[in-house]
Amino acid sequence: MSIQTQLFESARLRLGPIDHEKDPEIESRWTHDPVFLHGLSFNPARPLSPAQMKKRYEAIEKEIDESHNSFHFMVRSKEDERLIGLARIEWIEWSHGAGGLKLAIGDVKDRRQGYASEVMQLLLRFAFDELNLYRLSAVVGEDNLAGLALLKKFGFVEEVRRRKALLRDGQFFDLIHLGLLRNEWQPVEASQP
Amino acid sequence: MSNPDLFTGKLVHLTAEDPETVAKPYCEWGRDTEFSRYLDSNPPFTFSEKKWKEWMEKDLEKTDNHFFSIRTLDGNQLIGFVALFELYWQHGDTMVAIALGPHEYWGRGYGTDAMNLMLRYAFTELNLRRVSLIVFEYNQRGIRSYQKNGFVEEGRVRGAMLRDGKRWDFIWMGAMREDWMRIQQESLRAS
Amino acid sequence: MDNLDLLQGKFVRLTAEDPKTAAEAFARWGRDSEYSRLLDSSVSAPVSVKKITEWMEKDLEKSSPTEYYFMIRRLEDDLLVGLIGLDGNIIPHGEAFVGIGIGERELWSKGYGSDAMRVILRYGFSELNLRRVSLDVFEYNPRAIRSYEKVGFVHEGRVRGYLHRSGQRWDLIFMGILREEWLAAYPKE
Repeated sequence: MSIQTQLFESARLRLGPIDHEKDPEIESRWTHDPVFLHGLSFNPARPLSPAQMKKRYEAIEKEIDESHNSFHFMVRSKEDERLIGLARIEWIEWSHGAGGLKLAIGDVKDRRQGYASEVMQLLLRFAFDELNLYRLSAVVGEDNLAGLALLKKFGFVEEVRRRKALLRDGQFFDLIHLGLLRNEWQPVEASQP
Repeated sequence: MSNPDLFTGKLVHLTAEDPETVAKPYCEWGRDTEFSRYLDSNPPFTFSEKKWKEWMEKDLEKTDNHFFSIRTLDGNQLIGFVALFELYWQHGDTMVAIALGPHEYWGRGYGTDAMNLMLRYAFTELNLRRVSLIVFEYNQRGIRSYQKNGFVEEGRVRGAMLRDGKRWDFIWMGAMREDWMRIQQESLRAS
Repeated sequence: MDNLDLLQGKFVRLTAEDPKTAAEAFARWGRDSEYSRLLDSSVSAPVSVKKITEWMEKDLEKSSPTEYYFMIRRLEDDLLVGLIGLDGNIIPHGEAFVGIGIGERELWSKGYGSDAMRVILRYGFSELNLRRVSLDVFEYNPRAIRSYEKVGFVHEGRVRGYLHRSGQRWDLIFMGILREEWLAAYPKE
């Protein structure tokens, strides 16, 4: 990897900033799908209107500007600039070199296309080779099988299991913390469709 | 059926205090880096009394604020604080953090007593099902106290801290309502 | 655990809408005094779109965790039909009040209300993990009372003579549905 390597570009996707005009409507639609929301947050799934989404975006950029401990990317397809998902490195504790990772593919039609793996590659390289972090965490509900599979594929190891911390639709699920240390990270070849 | 002793324990009681009352002691404890490094993974920093007062006032505006000061029963001295955060009410899960300022109250059961009150509040008043906490690997006194309260280790975030040239784990511990209730019953029978 | 139709019923779906869209609908519906007097015990008087938009935008800033309001849209053509929401002392008791209004008069008695009600109950019980849902309804609204009974709400009492309208006193009727009752009435497929 050299200075010329594009950190924010993969074969099909590009990580980039929020488009405050176009993105609110699209992400608002995604928030009406509880699977999308459950993958991102442990709060009750609550759909947001485009106006609420816009306010959310403003709060995100304000937070990044003021606290300097997170990075928020919107994921678009290179071909037609279509919004595919979002990706974050957050809760960075610089003195320890520790951070958290989060990503989500928005539309159900865009899942199972290998996009999440492509985004994960970019995020890991950014976190380890540019932010020089020592380790990354991801917190996932036991019910999020796709999330767990993706993380394990990239070498994340289960570190903490908070027993029955989630109650969803009458069922209890453990909350699982997974971790990847830089010295365990092997860049994985993303499988192409 | 009301329990008049909800906020009173054996050695301490939990109180709600005005920002002006606590800003000065909290600020003073913040000057003790041993105190800060047990409580917080952020680099210790000495914030002003004014800043502490602002934080406490901001806290009061929150509807979901479960922050208590800890005072000794004997002498009513302010010795620490205990609070719930990251409370996911629909899951019935929350995190807890506790800190005692003056060193003379460390290792004498005051923290364990205060934590027990907070657990009773969380389980019997807020109807939560479980309480989580993070304790740093080098805080052996904390770990022992939490075990006495019924917390069980649920995992370790490896090398999450780099301090004094060494890597330390974050230890996650959890207390489930059923387990805590059982410990209470057993100690009642024993006494 | 795919739950793609959490907010979708047979005839309607629940959505989050921008203040302006919602405000225009509320203002239109509010001009129908029968609608207002069925929905609300406060004095019914029309309010401007601008005022309603201001209220809603102010609300947006709070985003309080004890209120979950949605607009109701018809599935077949996305028509804005009404509003429905949960509000209450969810911590620590796991209880919420539900309120619903079908604004388009031609759509009363077509089953849209009970459909929306079933969707919000599913949301409340499976996403918010409520233990019970309550509502209050005016004695002079038999259409709504019948609809709630069909959905599974049980009568729990009356506040006698609470309302004073059109020269008469009317009771405020309280109904409720418990989680066990909901599970029995709507077993999972």
